[in-house]
Amino acid sequence: MAAIAVLESTTEPGPGSRRNPRRQDGFVRELRRNVSAYGFLVGALLCFGLFSWYPMVREFIMSFQKQKLGRTRWVGMHNFNQIWNDPSFGQAWRNTLYFTLLALLLGYLVPFLVAIVLNEFRHASAYLRIVVYLPVMLPPVASLVLFQYFYNPEYGLFDHILHAVGLPTLQWLQSPNTSMIAVVIASTWMNMGSATLIYLAALQGIPGELYEAAEIDGAGILRRVWHVTIPQTRMILSMLLMLQIVATMQVFVEPFVLTNGGQGVDNSTTTIVYLVYQYAFNFSNYGAASALGLLLLLVLVVFAVIYRWISRRAEQ
Amino acid sequence: MAVATDTSTRTLISRVQLNRPRGRFVYWTVLVLTLLLFTLVFIGPLYMMVTGGLKSTAEAIQSPPTLFPHKITPGTYSTAWTQLNLAKLLMNTLVYAFGALFFQLVFDISAAYAFSKLRPVLGNAVLGAMLATLMIPAMVLIVPQYLTVIDLPVLHVNLLNTPWAIWLPSVANAFNIFLLKRFFDSIPQELLDAASIDGAGSIRILWSLVLPMSRPIISVVSIFALVAVWKDFLWPLLAEPSPTRQTLNAGIYSLSQGVPQNVLIAASAISAVPTILFFLFFQRNIMAGLTAGSLKG
Repeated sequence: MAAIAVLESTTEPGPGSRRNPRRQDGFVRELRRNVSAYGFLVGALLCFGLFSWYPMVREFIMSFQKQKLGRTRWVGMHNFNQIWNDPSFGQAWRNTLYFTLLALLLGYLVPFLVAIVLNEFRHASAYLRIVVYLPVMLPPVASLVLFQYFYNPEYGLFDHILHAVGLPTLQWLQSPNTSMIAVVIASTWMNMGSATLIYLAALQGIPGELYEAAEIDGAGILRRVWHVTIPQTRMILSMLLMLQIVATMQVFVEPFVLTNGGQGVDNSTTTIVYLVYQYAFNFSNYGAASALGLLLLLVLVVFAVIYRWISRRAEQ
Repeated sequence: MAVATDTSTRTLISRVQLNRPRGRFVYWTVLVLTLLLFTLVFIGPLYMMVTGGLKSTAEAIQSPPTLFPHKITPGTYSTAWTQLNLAKLLMNTLVYAFGALFFQLVFDISAAYAFSKLRPVLGNAVLGAMLATLMIPAMVLIVPQYLTVIDLPVLHVNLLNTPWAIWLPSVANAFNIFLLKRFFDSIPQELLDAASIDGAGSIRILWSLVLPMSRPIISVVSIFALVAVWKDFLWPLLAEPSPTRQTLNAGIYSLSQGVPQNVLIAASAISAVPTILFFLFFQRNIMAGLTAGSLKG
């Protein structure tokens, strides 16, 4: 930056009438460059300021405030006490963690296995890729309305299939035992395409000689996966794990649409973000909503930081 | 077999092994099974969606469900179209999506250009503050964002039920700026200096030099900008509550309780068609962009 400025001021001498013309010319140039740069930045700066930075500060401040009848008061830790004593609090964390666990089991491992298999195919691979990614492109409400239809215990497709193969039918969304599993299945169907394609790209970067060498050493398919594929994709595996934890812990749309408002039977699909939504938009309790949001933020920032750390190391 | 001669890349299983009779048998068995399974799992539901929209209300909720509609009732689609006011919802979604695309392109491209090529004082600090927003989970900020939009600071304007409530927040996308800046960084400075010596100003350089060279990254950013608005649910639901302002997602959700099952499925199918066509048309760019961009930031 400074080097360019120096270069400019030495190659193009300014008008000789002023005292110390070179320095002044350099200063004017610098100023003009900065003014024009900030001119280019102003739109993004305003949008970030209004819709990103200011809300971040506000989220923090509001968690220590209470709004009543248009007046705002500082209430210290009151909001945190309130959400802590809400019976839904523990339930919502348990549900969210349960969803995250199931979603990782399905949505993290299955795409990896699928990608390993797809990577071996020499035929129809374009078709398979398109098909697995297609649900990612659909509007979520369309997919969820469809799954809700399939889950119906009276006329739904899923119970019909279970019945046809001789398995006991399920209540799906209408039972507290299966509702979260139903949410996870729908969510995985909607989202697994992205992870699959990212893994596929990573698998294509593995040098073939490594498999060759492992095979010469007598390693079978499973040992080659364990000793070549997994170590070679370690970075991407761990980065995606962090991204998926952050994404799945913010689950909202799936339970919200599937269970008509997000609670499910006996609060079985109430998640943290749903609770935030409920505080803010059903009870207008912005203080409690912000406090709960802040707690979730603190948890998720840990994973985001680990992700940044891994991705920095991956780039080096 | 043509495949056998191509030994450029090897994967988990070697060509030699695949070309043995047993290897070939296993390969084709697994391939056919995978094709059937994937078609069933990923295309099957879409088939049920399209045909579900062709059923009568009674047939849609009959048990067991029918694989083919007994009596094809295309009228369900037109009922859905008028009853859920889908023309309006579709139009709204298009306006929000292309408006968001426009503002993101204008503001994010010029910001990335400033960070990459004009390099103002404190530029890196500002860029860092923008990239830091990537660490903040989007859902956490929904409440303060909503309160900001209903009463904009200083101006005290309410953006609720205006397209601005979707357009402007979409610009605050650090990922766009990151991708664009990284691409601009790869454009040699000498090229820009040469243009500058020829008397081109910053805007001219951006317009006739940087932009034409950046088509690949701009197409990636554009596609994801459109898809993001099309798929977004909670923000449009909050920011555009009026029935005449809603997006497809929010509108179909809001009316989902009051319409028969077959009409609801038909409406979902209609809302899915544009994204499916868009995907099939741009699938190469989308898949390339996904792997290029998704792991950075």
